[in-house]
Amino acid sequence: MSDALTTPARRALAPTKRPAGVLPVALEAVSYRADAATLLDQVSFRLRPGRLTTIMGPNGAGKTLCLRLIQGLLRPDDGQITYATAPISDAGRRRIATVFQRPVLLRRSVIGNLRHALRVYGIPRRDRPAMLAELLQLAGLSDVAHRSARVLSAGEQQRLSIVRALAAEPDLLLLDEPTANLDPYATRLIETLIGTAEARGATVVLVTHDVGQARRLADDVIFLNRGRVMEQAAASDFFDGPATDAAAAYLAGRLLL
Amino acid sequence: MRARKPTLVLALLLLILTALAGQTATAADRFIILQSTTSTENSGLYGYLLPLFRAKSGIEVRVVAVGTGQALRNARNGDGDVLIVHARAAEDAFVADGHGVTRHDLMANDFVIVGPADDPAGISGLTDTNSALRRLAGSAAPFVSRGDDSGTHKKERALWMAAGIAPAPDASWYREAGSGMGATLNIAIGMDAYTLVDRATWLSFGNRQDHRLLVEGDPALQNPYGVILVNPARHPGIRAVDGQTFIDWLLSPTGQAAIAAFRVNGKQLFFPARSQARAGE
Amino acid sequence: MGDAITEALHLIAFGDAALWEIVSLSLRVSLTAVALACMIGLPLGALLAIARFPGRGALVVGTNALMGLPPVLAGLLVYLLLSRAGPLGPLELLYTPTAMIIAQTVLVTPIVAALSRQVIEDLHQEYDEQLRSMGLRTGGAVMTLLYDARLSLLTVALAGFGRAAAEVGAVMMVGGNINHVTRVMTTTIALETSKGNLAMAVGLGLVLMLIALAVNGAVMALRPTKAVPRHV
Repeated sequence: MSDALTTPARRALAPTKRPAGVLPVALEAVSYRADAATLLDQVSFRLRPGRLTTIMGPNGAGKTLCLRLIQGLLRPDDGQITYATAPISDAGRRRIATVFQRPVLLRRSVIGNLRHALRVYGIPRRDRPAMLAELLQLAGLSDVAHRSARVLSAGEQQRLSIVRALAAEPDLLLLDEPTANLDPYATRLIETLIGTAEARGATVVLVTHDVGQARRLADDVIFLNRGRVMEQAAASDFFDGPATDAAAAYLAGRLLL
Repeated sequence: MRARKPTLVLALLLLILTALAGQTATAADRFIILQSTTSTENSGLYGYLLPLFRAKSGIEVRVVAVGTGQALRNARNGDGDVLIVHARAAEDAFVADGHGVTRHDLMANDFVIVGPADDPAGISGLTDTNSALRRLAGSAAPFVSRGDDSGTHKKERALWMAAGIAPAPDASWYREAGSGMGATLNIAIGMDAYTLVDRATWLSFGNRQDHRLLVEGDPALQNPYGVILVNPARHPGIRAVDGQTFIDWLLSPTGQAAIAAFRVNGKQLFFPARSQARAGE
Repeated sequence: MGDAITEALHLIAFGDAALWEIVSLSLRVSLTAVALACMIGLPLGALLAIARFPGRGALVVGTNALMGLPPVLAGLLVYLLLSRAGPLGPLELLYTPTAMIIAQTVLVTPIVAALSRQVIEDLHQEYDEQLRSMGLRTGGAVMTLLYDARLSLLTVALAGFGRAAAEVGAVMMVGGNINHVTRVMTTTIALETSKGNLAMAVGLGLVLMLIALAVNGAVMALRPTKAVPRHV
């Protein structure tokens, strides 16, 4: 199965004829509060098409919250998020897909999960069989297609979760720590799959604590601390010379105060 | 493929639903509803009479067997076409209030008092109900009343009154079952108690154990049954024509003879009201 | 008891047309009532599980409490509805199998609604964010939840069937226990008891238990065998 992953299969279906899309996504002075605590404070950044952005920062910085806001699962208390300069619409929401840190798989077989997603995402019925086969192959799960999704290993579950998101043919793919708790091999398979997603035209946002992974994959880095954007920079600039003490301390593995 | 199976179950249920809809539609040909006391049904009388009537008239009689009190209430709501009960005063009131057309004497049997074989109250062989009831009240032996406003219950209360006794509802020896005749008998047998029962139910009852028939033969124990056509003017939908056909047949020499001919274990349980039939055919 | 078992064996071995008629009517009435109760109760349970609206809490408590609705009371309410003196009198449904189905549906619907609400609510908590991230609105989410909870919901339906098949008060009142028309297993048992034929009554009771066992067995056989975890 690793062969299928290390050499990403080319698309069986043409990625053409996409609608205008939701990119670029811009957060403008977005704040989010829960009870008395301000979890995100005046956060602004832009996600540019075709650039893999990693969001980094210590626990509780608000990284996952950013993904939920972008996906539209939560609404900001202040500020606004625009998608290609417009507010979110139902159609737009379907151009974005999220892979949660702990994959939520339906109580169905592997293929049943993918079928459900293809139907929900409105893929024409005649295109579904070819896409099913392709997505299974991308995930390296063809051999276990009829097994219950819940008995897969953690890595397999995460790969299924990613190709399920790809069933949406998303413009924007949001990944929340997809390789947390995975061994190096499983991590490599996921990273290959992320590359495949990009090759299929998805702009990827990746929340990760894995500095090495961020170095390998990121084009841009957003560094959050305590609900504020500390830095937004090209990856090379960020890793070579962080502009803030906080980022420097984080990269050096020191506790942030 | 596995996932299809529950869908199969659902489809099966739907199939049953449609089958049922068809079933109820075809069963509704020509029938009347008879609201009746339980003794006539439980003794098997209807099982004997109604096929005879159906063969002759083509009309199916659907029997709802409940206590006389409930039968009268159901008929008052129009939920029945013909009524066969045994509580003369209540029947007359039913007709007087305009719920019934006319009351006809149909047949009679009698009540008996049954009790445990050792007869602690010592009433065995008495033919005078009043003194039997006084002895019962004087002893500590338990008595089970229907307590359900049925014909038998009404009769029992009248008998106590005639004997000059007013059993307090909370008296420890007087228990109200609030149940039908059969259930009341089961209770009386279970607690070694006396009770009043119509002879038909007693003779056809399957769980008599050691209970015996102790008092019978007092004219006060007569148990006349009446038949009444429910007034079609009160409720549209009453099947008055077929109901009247049934009543006419019951009161005809043929019907009366059929009642007389019904036997349980060789014993006649109901005695037709019209003498020409009693003379036999 | 020995008599009763002999009676039950005799009933099954030499099951005559009369017994079969009663058994099949019981099954038809109760299975149809459960099917109808599922059609009403499942969407209602899903609504209570997912939707948030004023009065929802009261409705949840109400549905749970109605699981304890006495069959006789359900029968009485349906009787008052279907009686010629009642609002639906002209339909002439009293003392028909349809009336019995209505009464049992009234009894079973709260059970299906309350139990399915619990099942669906638990699953909803797990699926909610995923389904919303896929752009599914409430209607689509309900379909997904119902499908994924189907095995638990089948057990819910079985609980409803048990209640329907076992009750006597409601069908007695609105069916009238009319021979060949509305006589079912439970009303026959009540009738035989009142005739003092206790062995026969217990025998019929055993037959009823066997039928319940057969229905449960048939449904369980339709369920997929539990997936054995096989990690690679």
